[in-house]
Amino acid sequence: MRHTVIPFGPQHPVLPEPIHVQLTIREERVVEALPALGFVHRGLERLVEARDVPQMIQVVERVCGICSMIHAHCFCMGVEALLGIEAPPRAQVLRVLWSELHRVQSHLLWLGLFADCLGFESLFMQFWRIRERILDLGEATTGNRVIVSVNVIGGVRRDPDAAQLGWVAAEIDRIEEELRRLEPAVLDDPTVRRRTVGKGRLSRAQAWELGAVGPTARASGIAEDIRQTNYAAYGRLYFEPVVETDGDSHARLRVRFRETLASLDLVRRAIRILPAGEVRLKLREPPAPRGEIVVRVEQPRGELLYYLKGSGEKRLDRVRIRTPTFANLPALLAMLPGASLSDVPVVTLSIDPCISCTER
Amino acid sequence: MREETRTVPVQGLLAEVARLKAEGWRLVTLTASELDAERLDLLYHFDRELRLQHLRVAVAKGEAAPSISPVFFSAALVENEIQDLFGVRFAGLLVDFGGGLYREPESPAAPFCRRGGPRPEAPPTEGGGQTPGGEGCATR
Repeated sequence: MRHTVIPFGPQHPVLPEPIHVQLTIREERVVEALPALGFVHRGLERLVEARDVPQMIQVVERVCGICSMIHAHCFCMGVEALLGIEAPPRAQVLRVLWSELHRVQSHLLWLGLFADCLGFESLFMQFWRIRERILDLGEATTGNRVIVSVNVIGGVRRDPDAAQLGWVAAEIDRIEEELRRLEPAVLDDPTVRRRTVGKGRLSRAQAWELGAVGPTARASGIAEDIRQTNYAAYGRLYFEPVVETDGDSHARLRVRFRETLASLDLVRRAIRILPAGEVRLKLREPPAPRGEIVVRVEQPRGELLYYLKGSGEKRLDRVRIRTPTFANLPALLAMLPGASLSDVPVVTLSIDPCISCTER
Repeated sequence: MREETRTVPVQGLLAEVARLKAEGWRLVTLTASELDAERLDLLYHFDRELRLQHLRVAVAKGEAAPSISPVFFSAALVENEIQDLFGVRFAGLLVDFGGGLYREPESPAAPFCRRGGPRPEAPPTEGGGQTPGGEGCATR
């Protein structure tokens, strides 16, 4: 039987960023998929040679615009652990609040893109319209829409007042109501189901073997979420991961939609438990961490890992960033064989690929 | 490091990784870190029920380390990345981009090694963003 090799990407309507997958096709079915990376690799990890620790916060925030808050949160937690300090309780809760707002806007961005990929334009516009309101909450409480730039070593640099937080809570209620109205359209629509149910199936065993993380792993029945390790203030919020077992594109869609609602609830509860007090430690001297540490947090796309190594100088010796999309690429390559060529864009998008993170 | 970290010799790495897999540890990733002009540290991070464990292997620059991709296929991508950025060669790598995952032929060898030492040759393939096998579809 004759095979045809078809390039998917690096430029494709469903790919906002460049990644290339070389597809080997037999009678419209994928038999093999091989990736190619490196189109926009930036070597950001090496900037650690030229930037001191506070400046590196600006760098890691720019690994990815969509989850900038969570990159900075992870980096600051690692440096604080090396310095033997801890952000004040109010700052810990505020970090959770902004991280969850970030997760919501990231999932809404993906839900819109996924709807667009299926040709469901009105749903795409609904999700992005709602996302704008989340960005408004970020702008009002941090001063920035996307790269919120609130994390510092030893806390956060912004402290929203009670009136702002009351408005955030009320707005969250309204947004949740709107999202629940969209739930049947996104999860039960016959066209959406036809394009996603059974497509790009990843079994639980495959997900574990290939190191899948985040919603991609949880949609295959792996009930793991780094927030269960209770970092920052998650231990006080009684967090439960959203898990599905079908392992197909529709299961990944369900996980992300329900995680969006769960994150809205976390924001609401974070506001409720927010203690009074300082939001930032006063450091007497510039941070000069010594030792090595591995820190993990849960990004919208899954587990994010930072390895930091310092020798007591103002610049770290090594910063290593393992982003969730990098971990999910082997799983994607396992989902594609057997898929129809027309389903490749849907299956690819179903892992919510972030090439900006991958090509850090 | 806060978690259990064990140093293992290069020769015993594959057996140790296979043992961890049999015990239910998931490979999280690898980290390469330069020690001095001659040596690199390779850290292998594993997770089981949200608990971490690390293996540490010291390798001489310019020498090959065993690939763990036959045990954990998910290691293939990060081992290719380390080949590109640190010049470590992984013997037995299941999907080998030959140092051309990120690098162009004119790219500097081992760009993340700043303390000198032995360097590998330039990637043998044409252009970055290559797929292994040189089918020609992946060139920019």
